[in-house]
Amino acid sequence: MLKIFKYSLFDLIRSNWSIAYLAFYLMVSSSIIYMNGDITKSIISMMNVILLLIPLVATVFGAIYMYNSREFTELLLSQPIKRKSIFLGQYFGLAVSLSLSFILGVGLPFIIRGIITSPELSNFLVLIGVGLILNFIFSLLSFMVALRFENRIKGFGLSLFIWLFMSIIYDGILLLILIWFESYPTENLAITLTLMNPIDLGRVLIMLFLDTSALMGYTGAVFYNFFGVWQGILLSIAALSVWLLFPIYILLRYIKKKDF
Amino acid sequence: MQRLLLILFSLFIAYSTIGSELRVGKNQVFHSIEMALKMSQSGDTIFVEKGIYIEPNLLIQHPISLIGINYPTIENNKQQEIITVESDSVSIIGLHLQNIKVSYINDYAAIKVNRQKHCVFENNRLENTFFGIFLKHSKDCIIRNNYIKGNAKNEMSSGNAVHLWYCKNILVEKNQARNHRDGIYLEFVDNSIVKNNIVADNIRYGLHFMFSDHDEYRGNTFRSNGAGVAVMFSKYIKMQNNHFEFNWGSASYGLLLKDITDSEITNNIFKQNTIAIYMEGANRVDIHKNEFNSNGWAMKIYGSSMYNKINQNNFLNNSFELGVSGKSESNNFDGNYWSSHTGYDLNKDGTADIPYRPVKLFSRIISRIPSTSILMRSLLIDIIDFAEKVNPVLTPDNLKDHRPSMKIIDYDKN
Repeated sequence: MLKIFKYSLFDLIRSNWSIAYLAFYLMVSSSIIYMNGDITKSIISMMNVILLLIPLVATVFGAIYMYNSREFTELLLSQPIKRKSIFLGQYFGLAVSLSLSFILGVGLPFIIRGIITSPELSNFLVLIGVGLILNFIFSLLSFMVALRFENRIKGFGLSLFIWLFMSIIYDGILLLILIWFESYPTENLAITLTLMNPIDLGRVLIMLFLDTSALMGYTGAVFYNFFGVWQGILLSIAALSVWLLFPIYILLRYIKKKDF
Repeated sequence: MQRLLLILFSLFIAYSTIGSELRVGKNQVFHSIEMALKMSQSGDTIFVEKGIYIEPNLLIQHPISLIGINYPTIENNKQQEIITVESDSVSIIGLHLQNIKVSYINDYAAIKVNRQKHCVFENNRLENTFFGIFLKHSKDCIIRNNYIKGNAKNEMSSGNAVHLWYCKNILVEKNQARNHRDGIYLEFVDNSIVKNNIVADNIRYGLHFMFSDHDEYRGNTFRSNGAGVAVMFSKYIKMQNNHFEFNWGSASYGLLLKDITDSEITNNIFKQNTIAIYMEGANRVDIHKNEFNSNGWAMKIYGSSMYNKINQNNFLNNSFELGVSGKSESNNFDGNYWSSHTGYDLNKDGTADIPYRPVKLFSRIISRIPSTSILMRSLLIDIIDFAEKVNPVLTPDNLKDHRPSMKIIDYDKN
């Protein structure tokens, strides 16, 4: 597994896409820092970029990689190697290379700007952490979709739909539910539904750490009491881990049966 | 001869009004302030030397000055009221008064004044007090440069640092009021001035007006109180050059206006409050040249607030700029700077060419259904706000700034 992981990682790091992705992040974060001037505001602006783009890029990139390396996968399958090692190795190669581009692309401009010594370091780390988790989750999802559908159009379509659903449609449904059940206390419902969507969860976590003015009033206090204490943070991390581990479990079961 | 007599007579009068000096201290004639008070006459000055004095209630019934040297500490032997003033023209300066117990029957205060005039309370340190300085039915008094720190735990069992009730012409200046229920409380107080005070960490309000007219407060700092200032059932109040900061919490306001009319709010800075200004039943209030910076809501205008003018303010980085109930048609919002405004200025006259609508669709949703605040900063919210901006359906159509400023409005911040 380690060998395959290494091979896919170095293969991906050398590809133009990774470099383009890195360059893109370098550009976005340095221009945001340049425009804002203030490091706290830059982190808040980065939040929107990260929540929107990381899942999108991970989705698209994961699907492209999976379809392109199909022949290589088939070659590996003909060798006496466990299927588990092949696919997990490939997946981690993909996710880690994406994460490296992300960390370098976002980290470097902020380090140059002096984030290490600033009091905002912990907030920045939360931002990076959320970005990494989203990266792993969404590349896994598109990896699975690409494995399941041999038709590229279908595969791309479905992965993009997953991204669109998670980042916009889900919020729309959540909003509608909250409006429908207006006359009931919906705070806990809102928290539960937020825990179920990694993008929303990431957003709320970053917001709680960075930008408390956004959450306010009685409800804000309810949310803060939930997400702001250790139990809430642990629960959020648990929810994110479920988003990661459950698909891996499904993946492992699926590849046992999959006929190539 | 007659003239000489007149001069002598007036000298005599002058001498007798200056009065004599009485000293209280370990090595002095008087060991307790109570004794000195009993022996004193009108116009005397009592100097209290440094030390700790446990006294019964000190009742002042003739005009004297009570002056502390190096802050002598005075306590009541039953932890009740320390000084009760029942005379005009009393000055209490430089004392350290402490430890007053909480009572649910009596309003024990460090200094209480009842129906008097021309009193001065200056440079005192009051610590662990229930009520600090308490004036009833009094006029023309000065409360200056006192440091008043309480130990309030909750609203039920706490008093106010400065409490004025049915007073007139009072000057409250340069005091620090901390950890009480209300920092400065005015009920039925007219023509008074509250200026340059620092009011912080009080449980309920920093400054509280009830039924008080023609007052003004300037240059105060209200920090981390339950609500910075509450102005209720009052009119003709001037509020200038104050700082409202970090009034942060689930029911916190920088400035709470309830049933107030014909008032003026200018040159204040509101920074990081949950709600900077909350208005209910506020009419003909002129709000201009204020800065609203990084608040949760810059303004919430509710219930029959009419004919208010909100002009030339800077709204910077607030989560929500304006929340209104109803149509709020008669209020004027022209000529402000809004940092989330994205208009253009083709003719370069400094004002944007298209009007700006400060009420976002999401701010309306969030006021109706607070739990939707969990969707804050979601992409969906940006999309529906944009859609509403392009074609307003749900937000009030004619609530807009007709000539929003393109640049931060510059004004004197002192």
